[in-house]
Amino acid sequence: MAEREIGQSKSGEGARPGSGRIGRRFAALRARGERALVPFLTAGDPDLETTEALVLAMAEAGADIIELGVPFSDPTAEGPTIQRSSSRALARGTSLRSILRLVARLRERVEQPLVLMGYANPIHAMGAEPFAKAAHEVGVDGIIIPDLPPEDGKPWLDPCRALGIDPILLAAPTTPPERLAMLLRETRGFLYAVSLQGVTGARATISAGIEAQVRLAKTMSDMPICVGFGVSTPEQAGRIGRYADGVVVGSAIVDRIEKASSKAAAIDDVARFIAELKAPLKGA
Amino acid sequence: MKSEADARGMFGPYGGRFVPEMLVAALDELIEASGRILADPKYNAELDGLLRDYAGRPTPLTYADRLTRELGGARIYLKREDLAHTGAHKINNVLGQALLARHMGKKRIIAETGAGQHGVASATAAALLGLECEIYMGAEDVRRQALNVFRMELLGARCIPVTSGSQTLKDAINEAMRDWVTNVESTYYCIGSVMGPHPYPTLVRNFQRVIGIEAREQCLRAEGRLPDVLVACVGGGSNAIGLFHPFVEDEGVRLIGVEPGGEGLQSGRHGATLAVGVPGIFHGKRTLVLSDDDGQIFPAHSVSAGLDYPGVGPEHAYLKEIGRAEYVVATDDEAIEAFQRLSRSEGIIPALESAHAIAHVLRLAPTLPRDSILVVNVSGRGDKDVDEVRKILAARKRGAN
Repeated sequence: MAEREIGQSKSGEGARPGSGRIGRRFAALRARGERALVPFLTAGDPDLETTEALVLAMAEAGADIIELGVPFSDPTAEGPTIQRSSSRALARGTSLRSILRLVARLRERVEQPLVLMGYANPIHAMGAEPFAKAAHEVGVDGIIIPDLPPEDGKPWLDPCRALGIDPILLAAPTTPPERLAMLLRETRGFLYAVSLQGVTGARATISAGIEAQVRLAKTMSDMPICVGFGVSTPEQAGRIGRYADGVVVGSAIVDRIEKASSKAAAIDDVARFIAELKAPLKGA
Repeated sequence: MKSEADARGMFGPYGGRFVPEMLVAALDELIEASGRILADPKYNAELDGLLRDYAGRPTPLTYADRLTRELGGARIYLKREDLAHTGAHKINNVLGQALLARHMGKKRIIAETGAGQHGVASATAAALLGLECEIYMGAEDVRRQALNVFRMELLGARCIPVTSGSQTLKDAINEAMRDWVTNVESTYYCIGSVMGPHPYPTLVRNFQRVIGIEAREQCLRAEGRLPDVLVACVGGGSNAIGLFHPFVEDEGVRLIGVEPGGEGLQSGRHGATLAVGVPGIFHGKRTLVLSDDDGQIFPAHSVSAGLDYPGVGPEHAYLKEIGRAEYVVATDDEAIEAFQRLSRSEGIIPALESAHAIAHVLRLAPTLPRDSILVVNVSGRGDKDVDEVRKILAARKRGAN
């Protein structure tokens, strides 16, 4: 039974940003009074070459941490925009292995932390240890796996943690305070605070409740907190930046890639959007 | 030998709770509320009353005299879930869950459906108990099962076609989970089989155990002893686990689940998750799944939409692993043959799902001694499949000419 318990971190270890690339990024941002911009895009949509160019452009335009979505056939926490992009990426033959090779190429040219976000089964299929080892070798800095909560996900999250890859956990609006405290202890890199009860996708307004939750979390821990789900405008990003350490933007970027008239146009448009989103997150 | 999940919902290495954080509080609420409400004698009296006076339980255990004589082996009994209200075992589960939802103060239930049987049953329970009801159904299934869509609407439910992914049952479950994530405070997710995250596999099984409890008593009354063999079809696996579970500790009773072999295991077009699946994490649980080397789930195939699921209840994966239950396969063709055979021999048109179980009985019974007793679950009636089978047989006739 003991190994099914949540990993008891040495007291307080989880309360600080990690010493990895993500932790160092937040330390640098804090020193400059900045907030993190964390863009997401689905790897392989429309193809891995374009993803590579998009990541380079985002890094250049002001992204602080970059999330690469690993497409899955049954993405239950995603809204229509990311569902469609996952389908497009899978139709192109994108796989976890080909995304790891992309990370290896990007690692040489991008200094920002690179985080994989996806679902449990592709990792399960590769195996917990082989995945952790492969991800470590190519330079993955963190993973976000929504369907691996800390209790049941432990056998897959621990091998990553052991190799210095940060398992970034989610908190929801319905997460009660004692569980929020546990998630803050268990997460590494940052805590991903989901802004709404729902699936991913751009929303016109961001719920007011998220600010109270982030402020509560701030009283519990020094762990950086990024807010995501629904964020689609620089104004929303700026407002969140007043109380959180960073902002995750996904569907609004994927939507631009989907609607662009060409790959070159997608890259230009996304780069411009990243710069707009980052502007209100820079120090006063 | 026992088959119970541990406190975390694990049946050995299978089961558990693999869900986004947004659902954790809802599942905690469900564990707490179901633990409390299901222990309440008032709830149980209400549910027993509904099962008896509304659903028509107990369903009979019918001795299949002609089929037994034709096959010349085991004495064959049919557990008649086809005679339950709405025509299948699904009603046992939805009455339990919808009543639970009402006791939890939820005003709205949602459900997924493949062929439409669970959708119709959910809509029925919602009408009975005055709950709002929305059913997710793959757009492909909506086209194939137009009559069941109309039934749900007649019963006051709204059927929402799902156009994502393969547009079948697994995608309907994805969409129902997305709805639940979004509306978790007001909404109860009434899952149709022994799948999904803990506590659903145990909850649904406990509502379906009534099948096995009745069959046990009925067999003792008719034969003075327990059956030697139980046979049931397995898609998600709720009718099978409902029949099997009260017999798990009786090790002399063979438990045989029959999976959809579709066009044959070699064709790749089947739903034989226990036969050829691999361990995976899918729809909130660890279980056996149909997935490729990269961990992508691929759509199942079966002539019966109700077995068309690329995962399976974790307790079945466990019973297979510990060797307590056996799992075999029946193809589309064998099921269609059995569909006609039971109709002609016993005057009972079974659901195409149940016809898979009958198909195995046709193979197995002649090999068993004449004094052995076999109970097969006729999990549903075949009215819904008559048109489909008519088309298939007509196409065959054209092909032969």
